[in-house]
Amino acid sequence: MLCDECGKNEAHIHIVQIGPNGRMEKNLCEECAAGYGTSMFASQQKSMSVDDFLKGVFSSASETDSAAPGRHHELVCPNCGMSYQDFHDTGKIGCSVCYDTFRQQLEPLLRRVHGSSVHSGKIPHRSGGALEMKHEIEVLRRNLQEAVRQEEYEKAAEYRDRIRVLEKELGKQEGGLSNGSR
Amino acid sequence: MALADLFGSTNLPWLDIGGREGDVVLSSRIRLARNFREIPFPNRADFSQLAKVQAMAASVLPDLERAAGQPFDLVDMDKATPLEREVLIEKSLVTRNFLRSPQHRVVFISEGRHVSIMVNEEDHLRIQCMAKGLDLDASLDMASRIDDLVESKLDVAFDEKMGYLTSCPTNLGTGLRASVLLHLPGLVYTRNINNISNISQQLGLSVRAIYSENDQEGQGNIFQISNQLTLGFSEEEIVGNLKSAVKEIASNERRARKALELYRKDQLEDSVWRAYGILRYARFLSEKEVLDLLSKVRLGIDMGFIDEVGAACFSDILIGSRTSYLQNMAGNENMSGSEVDRMRAATVRHSLSKHRVK
Repeated sequence: MLCDECGKNEAHIHIVQIGPNGRMEKNLCEECAAGYGTSMFASQQKSMSVDDFLKGVFSSASETDSAAPGRHHELVCPNCGMSYQDFHDTGKIGCSVCYDTFRQQLEPLLRRVHGSSVHSGKIPHRSGGALEMKHEIEVLRRNLQEAVRQEEYEKAAEYRDRIRVLEKELGKQEGGLSNGSR
Repeated sequence: MALADLFGSTNLPWLDIGGREGDVVLSSRIRLARNFREIPFPNRADFSQLAKVQAMAASVLPDLERAAGQPFDLVDMDKATPLEREVLIEKSLVTRNFLRSPQHRVVFISEGRHVSIMVNEEDHLRIQCMAKGLDLDASLDMASRIDDLVESKLDVAFDEKMGYLTSCPTNLGTGLRASVLLHLPGLVYTRNINNISNISQQLGLSVRAIYSENDQEGQGNIFQISNQLTLGFSEEEIVGNLKSAVKEIASNERRARKALELYRKDQLEDSVWRAYGILRYARFLSEKEVLDLLSKVRLGIDMGFIDEVGAACFSDILIGSRTSYLQNMAGNENMSGSEVDRMRAATVRHSLSKHRVK
């Protein structure tokens, strides 16, 4: 039997389509049938929003540790009153303090979504002065290792000197702030 | 009358021609999500908290104007008419989500239209910077400058480990979404577009057709590609990754156009001129029809087939043919479908004759 659609190839696949126009049966070759596969899949895909999908991801993240039921369900953010259950339902965090409150629950989830749970980008200048320096030192250390690996010792020495300067500064700052926030 | 220009002209410099990779790349955009410390995010904030955020944002506006080197227009969603709100969406200056509840939602838009700061969208601040062609660096630079200024005056929610804190965990870390608008008729006509979006996904980028209604196919062959991951990478890495992907896509698009020219030159030439003919003379045009024909005309111009109109007509028609824009121009939101289609056709004809080269 030849394919109903292209009329060229041998039909191997029988499909039944039920739509607004009633029932339709077709015998198709593999090539033409493949087209149906994607169109069916595509329409299913589009009916699902990102939010729904994320909600699914977030709630499945918590199922794994449902061995301790109710433990973090009772946890409520002291700042905005959001519970972990609310987060489940909406997929949205309530306020900046929530991230502190639910840190333990969120970290595995962040690794799942982003593949990482550690920020390595920009740092605010005012609130993160020392942090910025620490970050720069880290980057320089990485550069240093890379330079050593490439046997570019002159460059490596430059990095090393810069790290020393920064570490000294950092020491001064942290010394002055020893009773500070951190 | 800056506000009149905002709603009543198609002027959007970041969609102009002449940018880098401008034959394929229409525009570049950087968005930063930022929140103030301790105040609940907009989805959990009450009116007084939203008002507080609005006041905090307004307090730094003069500094922002200085940083951007130009004045900002302030549009209060609560006071804007429904049509004006829709026009801002059509111009991609605000998002649909921003309009869900208009109370205490305001947007600051720079005079040059390349900076838009939404207050109380999903996050307290959404800083968006646009540039024509492929120029993510300039946009990131501007966004970063604005961010620095905000942070120097106001307490921004930041965590040493998790970075900038955002309402949705998918924006956490840098809070950065970089996106590029691409015109890809060659890849669509040669049926390579699915490959591109599949490969992009593997690189952590998402590709979507921006003009698509319901479950329909994308219209106008215009696609947006953006980063999906925001945590664990630096801003430069995210932008660099996107940039190299865009360059690769652009060279694929050019290859596809070359192939079309090589194998189907006559049909292609016929098709782009027919599209031009319809836009030039039709009396009724739907939104979708304009987009599909406009894409062909732009392709015809970029490939040198059509020489009697300049590529600048593209953005003029792209914005000027949208339904809310037309209704707002007519000052009537109850126009019938055919009235809108008639006005659209007239607007398109006018724009094409305005941009005639000879």
